[in-house]
Amino acid sequence: MATHNAYYIPHKATWPVIGTAGLMTMLAGFANYLNGSSIGPTMMVLGLTIFIVMLAGWFTLQAGESESGMYNTKVGISYRMGMMWFIFSEIMFFAVFFGTLYYTRNLSVSWLGGIGDGPGRSTHDILWPAFEAVWPTNGPGKVGGEFEPMGAWGVPFINTLILLSSGVTCTWAHHGLLAQNRQQLIKGLMATVGLGFLFVCLQAFEYHEAYSDMGLTLGSGIYGSTFFMLTGFHGFHVCVGAIILSVILFRSYKGHFKPENHFAFEAAAWYWHFVDVVWLGLFIFVYMM
Amino acid sequence: MSAVVAEHEHDHEHDHHDHGPAKGILRWIITTNHKDIGTLYLLFALVMFFVGGAMAMVIRAELFEPGMQFVEPQFFNSMTTMHALVMVFGAVMPAFVGLANWMIPMMIGAPDMALPRMNNMSFWMLVAGVLLLASTLFMEGGAPASGWTLYPPLVLQTGKALPFAVFSVHLLGVSSIMGAINIIATIFNMRAPGMTLMKMPLFVWTWLITGFLLVAIMPVFAGAVTMLLTDRFFDTSFFDAAGGGDPVLYQHIFWFFGHPEVYVMILPTFGVASTIIPVFARKPLFGYSSMVYATAAIAFLSFIVWAHHMFTVGLPMAGELYFMYATMLIAIPTGVKVFNWTATMWKGSMTFETPMLFSIAFVVLFTMGGLTGLMMSVAPLDFQYHDTYFIVAHFHYTLVPASVFILMAAGYYWLPKWTGHMYDEKIGKLHFWLSAVSVNILFFPQHFLGLAGMPRRIPDYAVQFADWNMISSIGGFIFGASQLLFLYIVIHTIKGGTGEKVTDEVWEDAAKHGLEWTLPSPPPYHSFTTPPTIIPTEHI
Repeated sequence: MATHNAYYIPHKATWPVIGTAGLMTMLAGFANYLNGSSIGPTMMVLGLTIFIVMLAGWFTLQAGESESGMYNTKVGISYRMGMMWFIFSEIMFFAVFFGTLYYTRNLSVSWLGGIGDGPGRSTHDILWPAFEAVWPTNGPGKVGGEFEPMGAWGVPFINTLILLSSGVTCTWAHHGLLAQNRQQLIKGLMATVGLGFLFVCLQAFEYHEAYSDMGLTLGSGIYGSTFFMLTGFHGFHVCVGAIILSVILFRSYKGHFKPENHFAFEAAAWYWHFVDVVWLGLFIFVYMM
Repeated sequence: MSAVVAEHEHDHEHDHHDHGPAKGILRWIITTNHKDIGTLYLLFALVMFFVGGAMAMVIRAELFEPGMQFVEPQFFNSMTTMHALVMVFGAVMPAFVGLANWMIPMMIGAPDMALPRMNNMSFWMLVAGVLLLASTLFMEGGAPASGWTLYPPLVLQTGKALPFAVFSVHLLGVSSIMGAINIIATIFNMRAPGMTLMKMPLFVWTWLITGFLLVAIMPVFAGAVTMLLTDRFFDTSFFDAAGGGDPVLYQHIFWFFGHPEVYVMILPTFGVASTIIPVFARKPLFGYSSMVYATAAIAFLSFIVWAHHMFTVGLPMAGELYFMYATMLIAIPTGVKVFNWTATMWKGSMTFETPMLFSIAFVVLFTMGGLTGLMMSVAPLDFQYHDTYFIVAHFHYTLVPASVFILMAAGYYWLPKWTGHMYDEKIGKLHFWLSAVSVNILFFPQHFLGLAGMPRRIPDYAVQFADWNMISSIGGFIFGASQLLFLYIVIHTIKGGTGEKVTDEVWEDAAKHGLEWTLPSPPPYHSFTTPPTIIPTEHI
């Protein structure tokens, strides 16, 4: 055993093709469901199950290999690069929706309201000369009916504090890991996971309020669309991040990580900070402004 | 580049467990070997090239004469849409990923790709994505018929195919992102000692930059089609003016992805051309570092020119002007490249084997495609060219006699290395001349049609367009049929080729130009288990 000098090249990987089959089944099922086919939900559940089994199997395999010292420093660098560029691709994904918010809010809604010479200007002149550009809006067609926009200083502000604190506890846990202080590592992670799921619960509460009391839905014109798309995808990422951190917590219990070898922890922490920063963007551009 | 190996020991028996491939079909399903996965990508791309080609034949058959001949208009539009999607995402991109898989580890002296398991997954995700896409052909309402750009509101009228097309894009995106991340990590982390960045073959450089493009743009396309999905099924108003959205927003997002996307197909093309031309000109590549910087410049520019695809949509005047001038800038680094290829050949001891023939044709014909691109970058002129056959001619010149020709060149160039067998040079040359002549009969008349006002994506046309359409179709049929020769050559070479035993170098003095030629032909299952020593040569 010990550490190998050669770069570890795994052989005969069975999980990738299983995972692909699961993902494809799930998506085909979702598409069938959207088309009103009765087989859709069954396929979705089946595909998701396969996908989760794949994740569990693949990560167990990786964790085992890592613990038996099969990865040298160079393998670690590959993994770090992989995670870094994955997070970059996620940033680009969120950039689309932030860009959409910027474009509609500052450009196309103004054109629809008769300001400037953009492509929507003639739409104003011909179809909706009475429409005035304001934000938030559900457009000249008042799509989705009357709604109340989401304020910043209630639940969203509390959620900001929660996510920021979770970033601190995550870093505290990392310091614990580096100092080989197991108690600090586990407590820090527990706090982070707890705060993460608390965030998701409060977000769910906020959504419930929007739908039941404020008339604010995904269908509330461009405001509702951008609001729920941005916060929804972010909330989903918080969920995923909290699940990842739970796995890291479990592995910490089993005594997995060492100060010099804990890529999984780092990757999870990076992901968590990324989710945190996206939230700050959301809080400023979706809620405050 | 220009690095040679002093001495290295490749096929050392490994000291521990069995490293051979699995037996039978399973070898290909669970493989993590960069050569196996490269082969899978290349063969998959070849199959898709003929699937997409068959769709093109349907299009050209329908356009052979004015009037409706063979297919329904809706199906015709599905064909133009699916032809584009299959060729872009099923043929050209996977073919270059296949080349990257095969060649990059061998070119930089690495044992394999950095993340071999993910490598396997990115191939199967591609298959899954293409399967979902292909399944739409058999659905109620037909395959997407909106053009490959999937513009709303038209695309929202697609029948049951819409969610399948959207999820197909998601899977293809995941596949491309995983492939790109793997290539970036391999190039940054797996180079042999001494293989500095500025010694890497240009093919490796162009793929590194392409990798960045892919990681940056595929999530953007995924986001755009996600909004199509929610607009159709979840009541959102992103692209609906009544709700305060804007269909033009989709075009901005799509082309923010789409313009770098076309460079994803052309940058590795540049890389292969820069690899092949020096070998057959028997000279080092002229202006290596300027090639690297030009590639980076083109990649950067690709992110800031997207709205030149939308000149006629009603952009504000400032936008028209900015995107016009920014687009013209692309001609500068591209011109540097064309100049460098020409200067590489200048006073070289040139020979004209099939890979070189395809490469020279690429330099000439790609330049033509580039020049029509420059014409269209002029916004006022674009009002005449927009959505006509002129644009069809333009991008086919940049994709067929450019990307596809270079893929053919790469096939001829590396097939002897991959298989250990020599292809039949006579048939190769026949394939080249048939392709090079017919591709011009096919696409050159489309410039005239476009300038005369024939719109793209229509199954029927006014009679004054009849002659050139018939000529174009004839060229298309010859071009399509000629590609069967390539299929024959590939199979023939895999099965033993001319029977001639090829050397490690294959091409005269090729080992001066790339590490892959220092390995046996075919190379062992694991190429560089111990890193080779890189010695700089004088002409760096």
